[in-house]
Amino acid sequence: MTTQAEMTDVAHAPERVAEKSFIRKYVFSTDHKVIGKQFLFSSLFFFVVGGLLALLMRTQLAWPWEEIPVVGSLVYGSSGNILAPEAYPALVTMHGTIMIFFFIIPILSGAFGNFLIPLMIGAKDMAFPRLNLLSYWVMVPAFLVMITGFFVEGGPAAAGWTSYVPLSALPDKIPGSGMGQTLWIISLTLVGSASIMGAINYITTVVMLRAKGMHMFRLPMTVWALFITAILVLMATPVLTSALILIFLDRTIGTHFFSPSGGGQVILWQHLFWFYSHPAVYIMILPAMGMASDIISCFARKPLFGYKPMVFSIMAIAGLGFIVWGHHMFQSGMNPVLGTLFMTSTMMIALPSAIKTFNWLATLWGGQLQLKAPMLNALAFVSTFVIGGLSGVFAAATPVDVFIHDTYWIVGHIHYVLFGGSLFGVFAAIQYWFPKMFGRTMNETWGKVHFVLTFAAFNLVFFPMFILGAYGMPRRIADPYNYNFLAPLQSLNQFMTISAYVLALSQLVLFVNFFYSLFRGQKAVENPWQANTLEWATTSPPPEHNFHTAPMVYRGPYEYSSPEVTEDWLPQSRALDGAGPEKTPTGVAATGAATD
Amino acid sequence: MAHAAVSEHHATPTWQGITTVKFAWWLFLASEVMFFAGLIAAYIVLRAGSPDWPIVSEELNVPLVAGNTLILIVSSVTMVQAYAAIEVGDQKKLRNMLLATAALGVIFLSIQGIEWSALLREGVTAQNSLFGASFYTLTGFHGAHVSGGVVGLVFVNLKALRGGYTQAAHEGVELMGLYWHFVDVVWIILFTIIYLI
Repeated sequence: MTTQAEMTDVAHAPERVAEKSFIRKYVFSTDHKVIGKQFLFSSLFFFVVGGLLALLMRTQLAWPWEEIPVVGSLVYGSSGNILAPEAYPALVTMHGTIMIFFFIIPILSGAFGNFLIPLMIGAKDMAFPRLNLLSYWVMVPAFLVMITGFFVEGGPAAAGWTSYVPLSALPDKIPGSGMGQTLWIISLTLVGSASIMGAINYITTVVMLRAKGMHMFRLPMTVWALFITAILVLMATPVLTSALILIFLDRTIGTHFFSPSGGGQVILWQHLFWFYSHPAVYIMILPAMGMASDIISCFARKPLFGYKPMVFSIMAIAGLGFIVWGHHMFQSGMNPVLGTLFMTSTMMIALPSAIKTFNWLATLWGGQLQLKAPMLNALAFVSTFVIGGLSGVFAAATPVDVFIHDTYWIVGHIHYVLFGGSLFGVFAAIQYWFPKMFGRTMNETWGKVHFVLTFAAFNLVFFPMFILGAYGMPRRIADPYNYNFLAPLQSLNQFMTISAYVLALSQLVLFVNFFYSLFRGQKAVENPWQANTLEWATTSPPPEHNFHTAPMVYRGPYEYSSPEVTEDWLPQSRALDGAGPEKTPTGVAATGAATD
Repeated sequence: MAHAAVSEHHATPTWQGITTVKFAWWLFLASEVMFFAGLIAAYIVLRAGSPDWPIVSEELNVPLVAGNTLILIVSSVTMVQAYAAIEVGDQKKLRNMLLATAALGVIFLSIQGIEWSALLREGVTAQNSLFGASFYTLTGFHGAHVSGGVVGLVFVNLKALRGGYTQAAHEGVELMGLYWHFVDVVWIILFTIIYLI
C-alpha cells in the first residue's frame, strides 16, 4: 500500500511528474479529488433515476391506472401505457434503494468525503489511494448489477428497500421476486464492500495524516462528521452483509434461515436488516450536519456555537444509533418489553439532535448573515430537519406508532429528514465547494431561484404526508382509493403530485447551473467565500498534491469576526506575529498571506 | 494527541506508536468481527427459538474438533513464535515457525473438511436442516477466512524465505499474525457455541 513516504515530495521538487494518460488521470485515478468527482457524477445520475421513479409513483397515486402521457409508452408499453399493478412495488423498492445506496450515501461520503477530507486536514491524499480507487471501481459493478435488474424477466426487486421476508426470500412469489431480487442482493453486497473500504481509508486518514497543528479539536465539523460516519459504516455495514448472505442462501441453495416452515424466523431478517439500516440513516444525515455547521458559521461570519458539544453530540447520535433499531419493528410482533427499551433509547437521540439545532440557531444569532445559495440551503436543512426530527418523536412513541407505522406519516418523516435534511445539505455543499472542485463559480442568482422553487415545492409535496398518514393512508399501495375511507384523499394526492412535478423541474435549474458553470462559469479565486478551513488555502482547483507546501495549523476553523484581526475571517493556516502552531496568536495581525 | 508530520520527511505517520497500515488493519479486523457478529447473532436466535435442535454430541464429532481447535490454537502459538523470532532477527526460526503455522492451518482445514463430509454422509444438508444450514454457513465462512489466511501465509512464507523480513522491518509478519489470531478467536467462539453449548 502506498504510504505518504512513497508519494512525490513536492516540497523539494517542482511538479515534475510525467503527464499521465487520460485513463490514469480521469478513469483509474488514485487522486482523491478525481475519485470524489467520480462519485459525484455517478451519484447525480442516480439522483435523476431515483427521482423519475418517484414521479412515476406520484403519478399513480394521483391518477391510478390512467394512461401515462409520453413516458407511459416507453416504460409501460406492454401494459397499455398504464402502470402494471405488479410494477408499483418495484417502483417503491427501486426508488428507495437507489436514493439511499446510490445517491445519498455515495454523494455525502463518497463524493464529499473523498474530496474534502485530505484537503481539510492538510494532507496530500488519503492514506491508501489505491484502496480508494478500488472502492469506486467496486461501486461500478454494483451500479451495473442494480441497473440490470430493470431489464431481467420479472423486473427489478419489488420487496421494498427493506426486503422483508417472506416475500424477498421466495423467488417465485411475485414478479420482481425473481432474478431482480437476487441481483439487488448482489449489488448491495458490492456497495457494502466499497463502503467498508472507504471507511477504513477515511478513519485512518483523519487519525494519521493531519497536518502539523491540526489537533482533533481543530478539525472542521465536516471532517468530524465524516469521520464518525465512517466509523458507523465500518461497524454497521458488515451486519447487512451477513444478512444479505443469509437471504441469498435461502433464495439460491434452499436454506431456511428466514422461513418458519424450515425452522427459521421471519423477524430475524428485520433485526439483522435494521441493525445496519438504522445506523444507515445517521450515515445519511451526519455528514450533512457537519457541512451545515461549517457553512452556517462561514456565512454568519461567526464562530460555531458550542464546537465541542457539537462534536460530542455527533458521537452521541452515532453511539445511540446502534441501540435503537427496534423502533422500526414496533409492529412486527416482537416482545413489547423490547419495544419499550427501544422507545426509550430512541427518544434519547432527540437530545443531542436538539443540542445541535440550538447551537446552529445560536451561531446564527447576532451574525452578519450572508444569504448566499449555500447558506439558504443550509438554513433549509436546519428548519426541515427539525420538522423531520419532531415527526420522528411521534413515531418513537410506541403507542402512537401503532397508528402511524406503515402510513404516509413515516414517508413524510423520512423525506423531511432525507430530502429536507440530507438533500438540502447536499445542495448547500455542491454550491459551496463547486469553486474548489472545478475552479469556477456557479451562478448565484440561479442558485437562489433553485432554492426558492425547491423549498416551496418540497414542503408542498411532503408536508401533506403527515396529514395523509394521520388520516390512515398506508404506504406502498398502488391504489389506496380502493378503500372508500381514503377516497377523499385523492385530491390532496393530486396536489402533491403536481407539486412533485414542480419540484422535479426545479432541479433542472440546479443541473443546468451546475453543468453550464462547469464549462462556462466564472473562474474561481482561491477563497471565494473568505472561509477559514484549509481547503480554501490552496488554489481552485487544488494542484495534484493539494498544497504546494504543507500547511501549518495555528487555530480552530471557526475564527470568524475574530478580535485578533481586522478582517472578519482568520484562516486556520494563517500565521500571526509571534504565533506557533501550539501557541495562541497574540498581538496585531501580520499581513502574511495564508500558506500558499 | 500525536500529529503526523509527513510532508518534509518521509517518516511513516504513527499514532500512539501504531503505523498507518497497522491502524487500518485493526479497522479491517473490526469490520470482520462485526460480520461474524451478524452470523453468530443469527445462529443464537435461530437455535434459541428452535424446539428441535439436535443433540450436538450425537451429530458432530466433538472430540475430533476439540483436537482441531487445539491445532488452531497451537498454530497461533507458532505464529507468535515466528514474530518473536524476527523481533530478535532469528531468520531461521522465523521461517520454521511460519511454515509450521501454515501447515497447521492446512491440517485444520482438512479436519474441517472431514467434519463436513461426515455430516453430509449422515444426511444433514443445508436444505433439510436448520442446524445443518447454520453449521455449514458459520463454519464455511470461518473456513473461507482461514483459507484466505493460509494464502496470506504462503506469501509471507515466500517472502521470509527470500529474506524479505528483517529485525528492523517485519510489519507484514505482525499483520499476518493479527489476522491469524483473529481467525483463531472467532473459531474459539464458534466452537463454543456450536459444539460445547
